[in-house]
Amino acid sequence: MKLKQTVLLGAAMAGLLASSVTSAAEEQFIGLPSYRVGPYAAGGVGIFGGWIDYMQLINERDGGVNGVKLTWEECETEYNNARGVECYERLKKKGSTGNTLFQPVSTGITYSVLEKVAQDKIPMVTIGYGRTDAADGRVFPWVFPMITTYWSQASAIVNYMGQKEGGMDKLKGKKIGLLYHDSAYGKESHAIMDKLAAKHGFEVIKIAVAHPGNEQQSQWLQIRQAKPDYVVLWGWGVMNPTAIKAAAKTGYPREKLIGVWWSGAEEDTVPAGAAAKGFVAAGFNVAGANYPVVADIKKHVYGKDKGNMEDKSRIGSVYYNRGVVHGIITVEGIRKAQEKFGKGKSLTGEQMRWGLENLNLDDARLKALGATGFMPPLKITCADHEGPGKVKFQQWDGTQWKAITDWVESDRPLVRGMIEESAAAYAKEKGIKPRDCSKES
Amino acid sequence: MLYREAGQFKASYAEDSQIFPIRQDKIGFWLLMLAFGVAVPLLANEYWLKAILIPVLIFSLAAIGLNILTGYAGQLSLGSAAFMAVGAFAAYNFILRIEGMPFLVAIILAGLTAALVGILFGLPSLRIKGFYLAVATLAAQFFIVWALVKFPWFSNNSSSGVVTAQDVTILGYTFATPEAKYVLTFLIVAFMALLAKNMVRSSTGRAWMAVRDMDVAAQVIGFRLMRTKLLAFAVSSFYCGVAGALYAYTYIGTVEPEGFNLDLSFKILFMIIIGGVGSIMGSFLGAAFIVLLPIFLDNFVPMIFGDSLGAGFVSNFQLIVFGGLIIFFLIVEPHGLARLWQIAKEKLRLWPFPH
Repeated sequence: MKLKQTVLLGAAMAGLLASSVTSAAEEQFIGLPSYRVGPYAAGGVGIFGGWIDYMQLINERDGGVNGVKLTWEECETEYNNARGVECYERLKKKGSTGNTLFQPVSTGITYSVLEKVAQDKIPMVTIGYGRTDAADGRVFPWVFPMITTYWSQASAIVNYMGQKEGGMDKLKGKKIGLLYHDSAYGKESHAIMDKLAAKHGFEVIKIAVAHPGNEQQSQWLQIRQAKPDYVVLWGWGVMNPTAIKAAAKTGYPREKLIGVWWSGAEEDTVPAGAAAKGFVAAGFNVAGANYPVVADIKKHVYGKDKGNMEDKSRIGSVYYNRGVVHGIITVEGIRKAQEKFGKGKSLTGEQMRWGLENLNLDDARLKALGATGFMPPLKITCADHEGPGKVKFQQWDGTQWKAITDWVESDRPLVRGMIEESAAAYAKEKGIKPRDCSKES
Repeated sequence: MLYREAGQFKASYAEDSQIFPIRQDKIGFWLLMLAFGVAVPLLANEYWLKAILIPVLIFSLAAIGLNILTGYAGQLSLGSAAFMAVGAFAAYNFILRIEGMPFLVAIILAGLTAALVGILFGLPSLRIKGFYLAVATLAAQFFIVWALVKFPWFSNNSSSGVVTAQDVTILGYTFATPEAKYVLTFLIVAFMALLAKNMVRSSTGRAWMAVRDMDVAAQVIGFRLMRTKLLAFAVSSFYCGVAGALYAYTYIGTVEPEGFNLDLSFKILFMIIIGGVGSIMGSFLGAAFIVLLPIFLDNFVPMIFGDSLGAGFVSNFQLIVFGGLIIFFLIVEPHGLARLWQIAKEKLRLWPFPH
């Protein structure tokens, strides 16, 4: 007992010493509200693993961002809002300049800290989830729903269908099934699909699946009766493989079943087995380990045995690569902000916000990062916190995801109109005066 | 030695029926109130207030609500989170739709709305008991969350179903800082806990306990079962509803139906089981245990093991320890932490000469 206590004490002291040594150099602290247990652990382990590995890569290969080491700490949220708020509060004062970027990877936690981040001056990036109308940076200066939002995605999916049919006018009179998770997340699809249906003259058949969605017989009976030309699978968790299997059972062609980005990972297709072959899903990042950025992680991080993933076969999977995208945006935001506020210096949350707002990942930059085709080029402005709103469609060939399209655009004017309308309503309710973007530098 | 009541005589019935008949308890209680009501808001930092103390208070209130129903009236319920959701959404809608609605009135109305819904779902309790009743309240859990998602009116047509709570303003003062929110929560919870304590000591509480111990016998000696049971449902849901409104307004700041899922109901049930079924104090102890232990483990486990084990292992290990500790406490004291406290007090009276 005595020996054990001494060892523990010694370990604690060593830990304290080590942490005080690292804080002497310039550092940039990133708080990670991860979830490695609970119902969504499969996604969490991949996303946070990829994100941490990318930051490790920057530390190992480049010695940090212009010499500033990235430091981070994980806090387990279990995908629970209350725990997420606790983590946010716990992490926000850590590091030499506090937490400089918060990416909750959970819509619920996003909403829970939406107003807190503005008070604490910590920018929040929500990639592919969260509050859609926060894309209006005039009303939400601190929130960045980057790359694409649910509404852009719905519109891009309809555009993909138009491409398949050979023109948007061919969608007239078609029937599109919308098999959605019966929750706030799933209902996010309704308004935009109704608008698109009115614009292009197709019919939307909305079919709800109650959480968790492991029983879908009646829903697929309804689909068999209605015979829609396409079915959009707006699913989550176990609902996805169940839907794919049910589609196979009902004889619905998997090529016409189109998943959203939370329905299109290996975790969704592998459990469905052979039934998943041909299933198509949208994504703002692609799967695959044959990109230079992933190869570099394997070489510099896993080569030194510093990788975060316990299951190394998941490197290059959809969720892992999504984590790498989170990492790229974190690091590039820091890099951009350092250009203005001093290279080699730790940044505050406010400075980081400027960096994110002026982020410009064009083709040349993506090439330098080794991420050409890995994620769409991204340009953020004061008014537009979303960026391209493009997705790529991938098809499951039975063993892996294969990209089958280039980046597909969304209907920008329509989506942007809805975003501005919704953001204006929020601003009115909350008494926020939107920023004048012409005055921002 | 210090904890002796020798020399403290009761000269009237009122003195004899106080909540704390022993002077030391009374002093301890007021010191505790001073500590949490005055010292804590002055000394604690933002993290402690926002992330730890406010949720503990709010969940204590919800646990008191469930304890009234399950611990005192003996009606097992799995719908506490749903009644919290009713309270949260009702408060939101009252403040949104009625111009100039004062916050405290909205909170009370939210509690009353939850009480009405609670009575509705309490009706089956007149015919069914025990686990069968638990299943009936489970229906409340699913139905209410489903209804809040299904009808966009509740969330003011928000596309995502999530609503943001309005500012908390009482008599022109806006409770914006964590300290102010904490004090407000503390006052409401303290007042309602006192009310609950007195309620369970009064004839109402005795009626509940009679029904809990044997409802046929209670009926025979003249308690009206329907009234007693439905009153328990109403009061319990009122407490849960107020807790839900506070959860939205002084804690998270946003309300989404999925936040009030079955998991939360179970959590509240665990709180009263760990804390002590049929004990107001146990509700506080249980809520503190269930809210604080995971946070403590999340800080403590990585401190011991460092990064050597990998974050995935650490996260899973915490759950194992958490579960293990719950089992440990239940084996050591099946009647909950409140009972442990009571035993400690009895021992303390004899200390240091137990023979």
